[in-house]
Amino acid sequence: MGEKEKGAAMATQIRRDVIRMISSAGHGHPGGALGAADILASLYSGGMRVKDEKGKSRDRLVLSNGHICAAWYSALSLAGCIDRKDLNGFRKLGSPLQGHPSRKHLPDWVETSTGPLGQGASVANGIALGLRMSGSDSKVFTLVGDGEMQEGLVWESLMTAPQYKLGNAVVFVLWNGLQIDGTVEKVKNLEPIADRLRAFGWETIEIDGHDIGAIQAVLDRPRKATGKPTAVVARTVMSKGVSFMENDRKWHGSCLSKEQADTALAELGKSASFSDYPAAGGSK
Amino acid sequence: MKFEAPTPIRDAFGKALVELGEKNPKVVALTADLADAIKVQWFAERYPDRFIQMGIAESDMMCVAAGLAMTGWIPFATTFAAFAAGLANMAVKIAVAYNGANVKIATSHGGVCVGADGATHQGIDDIALMRAIPGMTVVVPCDANEAYKATLAVAEHVGPVYLRLGRIATPIVDDKPFRIGKARVVREGGDVAIIACGSMVATALEAAKALEAKNVKATVVNMHTVKPLDVKTLVSVAGKCGAVVVAEEHSIIGGLGSAVSEALAANRPVPMEFVGVRDVFGESGEPAEILKKYGLCASDIQKAALKAIKRK
Repeated sequence: MGEKEKGAAMATQIRRDVIRMISSAGHGHPGGALGAADILASLYSGGMRVKDEKGKSRDRLVLSNGHICAAWYSALSLAGCIDRKDLNGFRKLGSPLQGHPSRKHLPDWVETSTGPLGQGASVANGIALGLRMSGSDSKVFTLVGDGEMQEGLVWESLMTAPQYKLGNAVVFVLWNGLQIDGTVEKVKNLEPIADRLRAFGWETIEIDGHDIGAIQAVLDRPRKATGKPTAVVARTVMSKGVSFMENDRKWHGSCLSKEQADTALAELGKSASFSDYPAAGGSK
Repeated sequence: MKFEAPTPIRDAFGKALVELGEKNPKVVALTADLADAIKVQWFAERYPDRFIQMGIAESDMMCVAAGLAMTGWIPFATTFAAFAAGLANMAVKIAVAYNGANVKIATSHGGVCVGADGATHQGIDDIALMRAIPGMTVVVPCDANEAYKATLAVAEHVGPVYLRLGRIATPIVDDKPFRIGKARVVREGGDVAIIACGSMVATALEAAKALEAKNVKATVVNMHTVKPLDVKTLVSVAGKCGAVVVAEEHSIIGGLGSAVSEALAANRPVPMEFVGVRDVFGESGEPAEILKKYGLCASDIQKAALKAIKRK
């Protein structure tokens, strides 16, 4: 199986997990999670150094749009960071898998707690700077939502990374064009986003956020300090992969019924290399 | 280092930070375009590789500080009290405190004595905002000696700390050992206990001396750590004196007065009076004028003490 197929297989499994996790929790944010599956799969199937290795610190991932964490938790479980069974606890009392990623509850993998939008890229800059000052070659990947970029703090962070020449910082802007109250264009326009990022001093690349080959090409760029942070504007489709949910902003934060979940799972089909996580023990 | 004459508390902080820079290679300092105002400039000149200028972006500074802490550094993030606690509140709450990040937030311009900059630059709700954040330690040194020792102590402490420093030269109270969370009784008397922090400790001592002339004996407690509060010392002096006055250069809402009330209401209720800013915004003026207008003088503490004693 080639790299691309490996990524695709993980992406399918992430999407299946997201549907099951959210429908079991009774609430959650499926739209953005399904839309980010290909990027997370590319990262966790070989695009990043997921775990600390001999003499080399892991790459960091910061999920600034923390509400899409179902997809991230799934990727972490598929990469062997957390137990697959733990996905049953998503959004439930006592679970390490909080409704928004919490370093307090999952300290080994959540580099910074997120939820209130706007902070992730800023903390990621601190991590990137700290790693560089420690002599590490680790990269820091941050996922930011498009609507999230309406937060002023995001632009503070976009000034900081070029100022400190954080070539180890990579920000993915997940651009599905939708937010809770409408299209990004109508709520508060951010285009031309790539031009704005370039003007702020970022090496900016625009890709199809569902083209695993294109995502992997970005991730394969050489691991050396170029002195310029990288921004990847990833054009995505909200709820990608489940046709009745695609491009419909109501799925930002709505739950699927059992019937809808079954329909979605049938459309997604099975992953070529992963299986569904086992349901909670002693299911009735 | 020992200070004899009245010295701005922020100067002591700046000197302690330079010492820390030498002692601990993990200490880094950040500022939001206020390097000179909070005397972090001295650290910046000595350790330029460990100084991070964030520009006028306080929330970004708190987040970057949190990220640095996550990679093993001990960041001191510096700005004015009003900006750290108010403007950057969400970043302090989530990126620093919820993460349990080992960040030291050090501010100058806590209180009303900020020169003549007026209400926008006076930190009068910062203790309240910081104290309400779970896991945040809140330290308010009373003079340059204590500020120096407190700065060294918070660097050793693991976890987020808010270190609140005033701007003007505060009289030297004494030069005693400092421990986070352990209040210091700086004067003993059996009629009333005055609990104070920051610049108001010296004011409370002045009030206690004046009260003595009226044959009223006052205990003065330097409650330099507002959180975690030294409830044991508090209950002991409240029990002994039977009346309490709390004095702080801060709003009477949510600060040391509220912390002391919460502890005594639950453990040792006694009549209490409060000296602080009474739910109003400040204004421009010389420090002495402001203190007088807003009821933060030794005479105000005396009046409050007599009132509390009367209610026994």
